[in-house]
Amino acid sequence: MDERYLQEKNIRIKQEANDWEDAVRKSGQLLVDSGCAGEEYIEAIIEMVKRDGPYIVISPGLALPHARPEEGARREGISIVTLQEPVEFGHPENDPVDILVAFTGSDGDSHLEMLQALAGFLNQKENLEFLRQANSPREVIDYIKNREKGG
Amino acid sequence: MKILAVCGVGQGSSLILKMNVQQAVDEMGLDAEVENTDVSSAKMEEVDLIVASGFHEGTLKEALSPVVIVKDFMNVEEIKKQIQEFLDQKGG
Repeated sequence: MDERYLQEKNIRIKQEANDWEDAVRKSGQLLVDSGCAGEEYIEAIIEMVKRDGPYIVISPGLALPHARPEEGARREGISIVTLQEPVEFGHPENDPVDILVAFTGSDGDSHLEMLQALAGFLNQKENLEFLRQANSPREVIDYIKNREKGG
Repeated sequence: MKILAVCGVGQGSSLILKMNVQQAVDEMGLDAEVENTDVSSAKMEEVDLIVASGFHEGTLKEALSPVVIVKDFMNVEEIKKQIQEFLDQKGG
């Protein structure tokens, strides 16, 4: 995963969240603060979950908050939030969630490239285990860098 | 065969699902082309199989193609099992 997309300031470790909505807001806010999205992007994610159900919880413990690019995305970016205490999204199988990886996309090819790198990373269980026990954003960035160097 | 991996937006979760469906069919030795799209477009597509989350099962009731549901988008074994069950049913 390229540092163009995931910066240290977009990672928050062992955060506290009152509920799923609070957790989604925290992960979305990092994208807003880094200029990747407008506030409306966060609202779009929350509305979609309320309307369609928490399908963004794609795997046990892991949520991928995202909306359509036209719903407030400004440029491509990723944020990672891990939670001190997991929250319930109301997903029948994959609750509770303790890792949120929010992202914004665009329609370009670079978006696809970013998502493929992200998917490749999240697909490996040991990477999720690493995120769960990580103690600082720097640790996460270093881990990702070393991993890419090592192949 | 042609398979669609589906999510609400058609770009995030479905891309991850697509990668894992591709891995599943490769491991099963099936000759399949996998693409990802959003749930509304998928409804209107005629393909061999749609793979989706349970939350989209309702929307996909009117789909023109058969649908299998996967709970964990990152569990290749589960995806393989669902596709195999579909193929067994189709064959039998």
